[in-house]
Amino acid sequence: MSELSQALPPASRPLGLIAGKALVALCTLTLIYVAYTVYMVGQPLFGLLVMIVALVFFFVFGLRRFYFARFIFPGIATMVLFVVFPILYTIYLGFTNYGSFNLLTFQRAQEVILQAEVVDKSAAVPFAVAPEGDAYRVYLGDDAGGFLSAPLALDGTPASVDAEPVSTSPAELLERRAAIALRTGLAEVELILPDGTSLRNAGLREFAPITPKFELLDGDTLRNVETGALLTPDHEIGFYVDETGEEIAPGWRTNIGTGNFERILTSEGIRGPMGAIFLWTVVFAVASVALTFAIGLILASILQWEHLRFKAAYRILLILPYAVPAFISILVFKGLFNQNFGEINLILEALFGIRPDWMTNGTLARSMLLIVNTWLGYPYMMLLAMGFLQSIPQEQKKAAYLEGAGMIRVFFTITLPQIIPPFLPLLLASFAFNFNNIVLVLLLTRGGPDIPGTIIPAGKTDILGSFTYRIAFMDSGTQFGLAGAITLLIFVLVSIIAYANFVAMRRAARKA
Amino acid sequence: MIVENKRELLVKKIAAHGFMLIFLALVMFPFLVVISISFREGNFTTGDLIPRNPTLEHWYLAFGLEYTRDDGTVVPPPYPVLLWMWNSIKVALIAAAGVLAVSTISAYAFSRIRFIGRAALLDSLFIIQMFPTTLALIALYAVFDSMGDISPVIGIDSHWSLVLVYLSGVMMHIWTIKGYFDSIDSALDKAAAVDGASPWQTFRMIFLPLAVPIMSVVFVLVFIGVINDYPLASILLRSEENLTLAVGSRLYLNEFKYLWGDFAAAAILSGLPITVVFLIAQKYLVSGLSDGAVKG
Repeated sequence: MSELSQALPPASRPLGLIAGKALVALCTLTLIYVAYTVYMVGQPLFGLLVMIVALVFFFVFGLRRFYFARFIFPGIATMVLFVVFPILYTIYLGFTNYGSFNLLTFQRAQEVILQAEVVDKSAAVPFAVAPEGDAYRVYLGDDAGGFLSAPLALDGTPASVDAEPVSTSPAELLERRAAIALRTGLAEVELILPDGTSLRNAGLREFAPITPKFELLDGDTLRNVETGALLTPDHEIGFYVDETGEEIAPGWRTNIGTGNFERILTSEGIRGPMGAIFLWTVVFAVASVALTFAIGLILASILQWEHLRFKAAYRILLILPYAVPAFISILVFKGLFNQNFGEINLILEALFGIRPDWMTNGTLARSMLLIVNTWLGYPYMMLLAMGFLQSIPQEQKKAAYLEGAGMIRVFFTITLPQIIPPFLPLLLASFAFNFNNIVLVLLLTRGGPDIPGTIIPAGKTDILGSFTYRIAFMDSGTQFGLAGAITLLIFVLVSIIAYANFVAMRRAARKA
Repeated sequence: MIVENKRELLVKKIAAHGFMLIFLALVMFPFLVVISISFREGNFTTGDLIPRNPTLEHWYLAFGLEYTRDDGTVVPPPYPVLLWMWNSIKVALIAAAGVLAVSTISAYAFSRIRFIGRAALLDSLFIIQMFPTTLALIALYAVFDSMGDISPVIGIDSHWSLVLVYLSGVMMHIWTIKGYFDSIDSALDKAAAVDGASPWQTFRMIFLPLAVPIMSVVFVLVFIGVINDYPLASILLRSEENLTLAVGSRLYLNEFKYLWGDFAAAAILSGLPITVVFLIAQKYLVSGLSDGAVKG
């Protein structure tokens, strides 16, 4: 490490100093404002975090004694805001009921329910539209007289106007069809009769009194204006419930404790597939590492052979799968493996007369996943192995050959034992990567074919990560809470892998 | 190896080349098929590896041009591939520049400035980085969904939100650049300090110019990583004109609208430039990868 003098640098010119201080103050105030608005839009935790970042920013850049922290502040701030916080917050969401039925905050959910209206069909009156220059008047009643509204633009902007009693209908009334053409404008109109009754458009022919369905009482209780039934907010489940216990949509986000975890543990429809998916995730990750490592090492050994020609050409062609963007190759394979018009099945049919159903048979789909992942991953292992193979001293090999050992024997007794230790951290990293290789699963099979008899969609090729992704983002009932709970389980597993990887790296670094 | 029979050697050579060629045939198969399909008529028809009636229809559509068939029907391009490419490149360039700025300066601090808890911070950042972003997807969605109420620029379906998230992937690159800085002789910065340079000036005048090679490696690494990202982009982007290539390409192979031929042309068009960039850079990339992984 450097013996850099740790004295603070001399202060710059006073003018620059003042400008700098002003800039720091301005940035801090902006950040605090951002923190406040984030807090107000329903993300109190993220707002709090932005606030902390703002304060740290102020001290780090405002006070000279924290000069050295200025260099690491940007990196740490982005990591904390967009890696650490989201992971912890996802896990927190696992303790809530956040999802498509409980998407809103309590205030918003209450507003939505209060917007519900009742149409009094029994007091409906027919209407007609009377043109008047550029504007229109709405006429309620029949030939014998009724109410005529003040002029309206009917251009879709909400309007509330009075309607006065008249004794005859206006001379000119629009045809029914022309009136229907104006319905988007009519839908925004509220007419107020002299007695205070408010009427709104209720269908193609009628206006009717429309009243709010609920009114807000003390303590957030809602009363049904018509029936007098009471709705009470149940913050345990995040819904308004009536006397019979029925839930009124929409609900709001609320903390439901360990509810999601109990669901995972007790419901056979979730626990069953989750066990299967966990097993498959481990098998998939181990098999992927083993296959790519084996193939990569074999290819690297052959490429190292002194008598082999065209090495450069082989090498560049062999790493092509690594160079092509993965999302493109995976989609190409999706097309090639297509059951009906995929090229792989065409060839297999021409050669052996078979047409494997790659996408609908669980075992075949899993093999396909492994084939594609091996194709994608072996070049990385090959490149690394080529580097490590060079560091093995040739003398040992030569001695072994002189003693009469065969190529295979030399490989397993000399090459492999020397190559595994430096390779171990990279193999662990590869395992961790494949443990969460959701790009492959989402693009190739979307987890399918589905496991039968599950409550939530779960597929034979789903790994834990893609399973969570599908619960949260793909199927009609997005269940962020449940997905968050599963994320906690993945988090624990990944922590173990990450720690093991860390220890292995430390060891490798110490030896190097 | 040393005393080897000529005959035996020949057999071995043939075996090695044979194995290589068979393996290469398997590896190359998808590429050849995709090239063939992109010139084949229609989206469903199956045919020979060398198309019988080659057509440029899929290529016209991939470039966003209408194609008029012989019978006079005009086929409009199904998806804006070039726009998606531009989106991907735009996001990747901005994110790569941002990551580079943040990681270079952090790497300098971790390599040269001694502060309390430096080792612990390095270790914990390293462990945090091992947690995949897929663990954070739900919260990122929730946070950006709410932030969209403040301004659509930092909401769902904005490229800036995506860039912000990509900025957080700095740790691996801090590690790589730090390894490089560690190898720079500390006499250099001591000399600078004696001459009265502040740490910032030392960084700006000495380390930054020296770091250009490793910085270009990191830039390319981030660029390729962002272009290849699927999970984050797929939850943060919505409308068709905002999608990146990785998210958009999936639409071609929809069960209800299966455009195999159009996909092939679009895939080559968009994949080729990235592949070329990668092949040019791979020599440096690989050494960067293994260095970053092993150096502690």
